[in-house]
Amino acid sequence: MGIVILVGVDGSDAGNRAVAYARDRAKALDGKVVLAHVIPWSPYSFTTPEDNEERPKRRAAELAAAEEQVMAPAAAVVGDDVPCIPVVKHGDRVDVLLDLAREHGASQILVGRTGENRLRTAVFGSVPSHLVQLADVPVTVVP
Amino acid sequence: MTDLVLAQSLTIDERISQAMDPISSVIEGIVFYSVPVAGVNLPLIVLWLVAAGAFFTVYLGFLNVRGPRHAIELVRGDYTDPNDAGEVTHFQALATAVSGTVGLGNIAGVAVAIAIGGPGATVWMIIAGLLGMSSKMAECTLGVKYRRTRPDGTVSGGPMYYLEKGIAEVTGRVRTGRFLAIFFSIACIGGAIGGGNMFQANQATAQIIAVTGGADSPLTGLRWVVGLAFAIAVGAVIIGGIKSIARVTEKLVPIMAGVYLLAAAIVILFNIPAIPAAIGEILAGAFGFSSVGGGLIGALIVGFQRAAFSNEAGIGSAAIAHSAVKTNHPSTEGHVALLEPFIDTVVVCTATALIIVISGAYLDPVAGELGGVALTSAAFATVLPWFPNVLAIAVIAFAFSTMLTWSYYGMKATGYLFGDSETAETAFKMVFCVFVIVGASLSLGPVIGISDSMIFLMAIPNVLGMYILARSLKKEIMGYRANVADGTIAKVGELDH
Repeated sequence: MGIVILVGVDGSDAGNRAVAYARDRAKALDGKVVLAHVIPWSPYSFTTPEDNEERPKRRAAELAAAEEQVMAPAAAVVGDDVPCIPVVKHGDRVDVLLDLAREHGASQILVGRTGENRLRTAVFGSVPSHLVQLADVPVTVVP
Repeated sequence: MTDLVLAQSLTIDERISQAMDPISSVIEGIVFYSVPVAGVNLPLIVLWLVAAGAFFTVYLGFLNVRGPRHAIELVRGDYTDPNDAGEVTHFQALATAVSGTVGLGNIAGVAVAIAIGGPGATVWMIIAGLLGMSSKMAECTLGVKYRRTRPDGTVSGGPMYYLEKGIAEVTGRVRTGRFLAIFFSIACIGGAIGGGNMFQANQATAQIIAVTGGADSPLTGLRWVVGLAFAIAVGAVIIGGIKSIARVTEKLVPIMAGVYLLAAAIVILFNIPAIPAAIGEILAGAFGFSSVGGGLIGALIVGFQRAAFSNEAGIGSAAIAHSAVKTNHPSTEGHVALLEPFIDTVVVCTATALIIVISGAYLDPVAGELGGVALTSAAFATVLPWFPNVLAIAVIAFAFSTMLTWSYYGMKATGYLFGDSETAETAFKMVFCVFVIVGASLSLGPVIGISDSMIFLMAIPNVLGMYILARSLKKEIMGYRANVADGTIAKVGELDH
């Protein structure tokens, strides 16, 4: 069995360029790609009773939208030549990507550059920068 | 011109007051039917709620003491399946319910209790809070057990569902269950409009007038205008569907609660030398050795009543909020619900009571007249002179969030009565907004009368149903606890072993 490459996708062009890069790497090394999209969500957020009532419906809608708008285009980039495992989850983007990398035994993580402005990144950090700080495996950021 | 406007508006406020007064006294007379005990009138409804708390405390084997540890593990997500990410968590269900209950009852209600019942009311309030944990556990477990999941995935629960489905299932008495469910729903609509709306609007308005200059405030005599502004804000959210306002409120409430507790801690710290005397006053009052307040029975009744009004245990409202949680075991949410009266009454109400007693604000000869928020405000001002302004913001945030939560409870009750008819729900929302203005215009007396009676009325069918379902409830909770104890239900990550 070859290597496993985890790619974080968010529907952006940079994300899909990361997918293309992952596909080429996987093909060359006879590996497979885990395509992951994380819907930002926190178990500790404050919600209204209406939010709670509609949550199961919303969650299903979010998952369906993610499949259609993010996963389908990304899977199209991967194509049929390379084995691909799609994953859509709710949670903190960094935490979920790190968990998935461990779970699937990924030997590297690929993400697109998010292109947030400097101030925002200075205050909150960005997903790629947090991954670089915390991951156990090499992280590649695709511009 | 100004005088003319003033005169007209005064009559509007007064007219609304006059129209509501007789209604208020009739309802109050029925719900608060009292029997004289040791020279003090004991409203039977207060006894009804406390008895329910005491019953479920004993019947469920003191889970109000043994359960909170497991409740905290549940809230932390120790038992939450990672595949349920994106669903309503225990934390969210609890936070939603708490932001509906932590409100003016904790600020104004407690002040009223100390003003009328003396410092001793604090002790009985805490005891009522501890007993209330058991009622809350019972109703929230039932709420999840008999909730209704619609085909589109939305989830609704609450006493109307467990009264109807639960009683039919356990006793086979379909009509009894249906009757109690309808009784509850009607009372819930009244409670939403009374305590969940008018009382909140009233006290928030009083606070706005107080910080804008009291009797000299340009808004004096124009309370209905403040009410109108609130009504528009509430209407924007519940009718107009402007969710961003609701979201901001949901975030503001926990922050304000934190600020409130911090300020209370500062007031207490500044008065450290006064603490022993204050505790002495509280204990002496609680057991009838003090001349201040209404003696033992007076302190007890007022303490119990304000605690029940504040934490709503046994009222059934919280079961509606807790029911949306994602869980396969109804008892999990029952455990989590234990924390609600604890946070509301044992922590927040007690903080208010302590600062009022410690600062001596209740000894002010006009304390009784001040009542409500003004007394709490005065207590804070003894140490933090600028705090009344912050308190005003907190009061408005609490009042607004409680109004939104109760509009939801009322809407669910309306939905139950009218088969989820959107027309009926919209009609309810419009009536709700009108009563925001009415509540703002009235004086405190009739508002407390109506609010208390409508909210307490909900407890009659709800507690009756809880007794009928008690045996099946106990089986549910004990079965769950046995499964947790023997590891059948284990923490996430421990299942593999």
